[in-house]
Amino acid sequence: MPEVIVNSINKSYGALKALKDISFQVEKSEIFGIIGPDGAGKSSLFRILVSLLLPDSGTVSLSGFDVVQKYKEVRKIVGYMPGRFSLYQDLSVEENLKFYATVFGTDIQENYDLIRDIYIQIEPFKKRLAGKLSGGMKQKLALSCALIHRPQVLVLDEPTTGVDAVSRVEFWDLLHKIRNEGITIIVSTPYMDEAARCDRVALMQKGEFMGINSPSEIHKSFKKILYELIPDESAYKLLMSLRNEKWCENAWLFGQSVHLTINSTKEEDEFLLYAKTNKISVRRITAGIEDTFMELMKNS
Amino acid sequence: MERSENIIEVKNLVKKFGDFVANDNLSFSVKKGEIFGFLGANGAGKTTAIRILCGLSFPTSGELNVAGFNAYTQREQIKRNIGYMSQKFSLYDDLTIVENIRFYAGIYGINSKIIESRTNELLKTLGFEDIRNRLIRDVPLGWKQKLAFSVAVFHKPSIVFLDEPTGGVDPVTRRQFWEMINETSQSGITIFVTTHYMDEAEYCDRVSIMVDGKIAALDTPQNLKKIYNVGDMNGVFLTLARGGK
Repeated sequence: MPEVIVNSINKSYGALKALKDISFQVEKSEIFGIIGPDGAGKSSLFRILVSLLLPDSGTVSLSGFDVVQKYKEVRKIVGYMPGRFSLYQDLSVEENLKFYATVFGTDIQENYDLIRDIYIQIEPFKKRLAGKLSGGMKQKLALSCALIHRPQVLVLDEPTTGVDAVSRVEFWDLLHKIRNEGITIIVSTPYMDEAARCDRVALMQKGEFMGINSPSEIHKSFKKILYELIPDESAYKLLMSLRNEKWCENAWLFGQSVHLTINSTKEEDEFLLYAKTNKISVRRITAGIEDTFMELMKNS
Repeated sequence: MERSENIIEVKNLVKKFGDFVANDNLSFSVKKGEIFGFLGANGAGKTTAIRILCGLSFPTSGELNVAGFNAYTQREQIKRNIGYMSQKFSLYDDLTIVENIRFYAGIYGINSKIIESRTNELLKTLGFEDIRNRLIRDVPLGWKQKLAFSVAVFHKPSIVFLDEPTGGVDPVTRRQFWEMINETSQSGITIFVTTHYMDEAEYCDRVSIMVDGKIAALDTPQNLKKIYNVGDMNGVFLTLARGGK
């Protein structure tokens, strides 16, 4: 049986439909990523998963426990790291960890092996107040606290937002180690490049899942031919020029290149002639996660 | 390069907090109209340097000239000639779109006639004419970011500082935002921008990367990729920042 089963969840705040008929399942020891911009509904969904918010309709079960009926059991087996830092700022690093361990009826020693790799990095500052830590250290402490009772399901709401590229890579390395301990992880992020580090990802926008797939398969939702254009000079100038062409369907900047789709394959000759005349190198590429996300956004 | 073409000149900037050296002898210049990416790991010293460049904090030592003004003696003039936008704080939720524009424009002392005509022009460009009286809290994040940027350059500053302007927005909005940045830089406004999205570093004319309080590299994205022999700016960043603490 899947570790997490989410069935037709709906949630509204007044007139705003925050979650529209969300369903998915997560297997044990899987890293399931939810990728979407702010306001997509990621945090509402996560709060429902960890029994902190009631859905208007639909059901969620974690390890077989219904999050509404059996919320007490759910809270014992789930570790949750909210998007906003919510540890006690006026307790030290060590006191926070001890507090969370005690709440779950355990102590730091019992599951120390699970958090060692993370905690060892903040241990030199264990007497420091949590409120005085840097962003990266706060994040490591919050993860340690979420793991201290060895949860079966770990729910992480945007753990890498505002974190630099190096720390993000390290954080994902940690998540893989935790997953290898048999823990199921559900994690959200606004950084699309992090999709590659998940086993499966859901692309979320305006309260809906636009698609769920493995990172290597997600591009299959992108049905068109995608061209990468590399100009000699400014990609921005090329972008502006392309948008004036009648065969141009969508053109977007991607680093120093432009990604382009054309209206119809019949116009390909015309487009290739334009590229040749303007000395632009062209090749067909497989859509990346951002290309796919933008394409799905258009249809939703 | 002629000196007059540099809108920011920094020579041997040092900023210490007690024994801690946050900015360790930084020297760089930014050209007028340039899109300058200011990257670095968390804690590398970016925010400290930006606060000094914006006239909000004194350097410990070094020579600094921002928009033609001295960073020690002419901080008020600097503030008047720059714009600033950050992801965390930009607009007032409980004011409408028009009220926010009026408020910021008023702070910069623009006269009401000009505010009015420029506001109408701006709302038209952004396509916000129908929602001009909507409270900011009811405006979607992507639109808010575009408005925040427009407000930051409303008084036509020489330089606009953008501190992680695209955090959390969808990929389409992120790109539209960078198109606005390009357009603005073509009008001669210098863009000084920080970001954690490494693909955005590729949109900059030049990029500096700070590691442990020092500038570890400064060049065009093309040259940086060549020097570090990697395919993208993410590779450059990881190579350099991993060398730090």
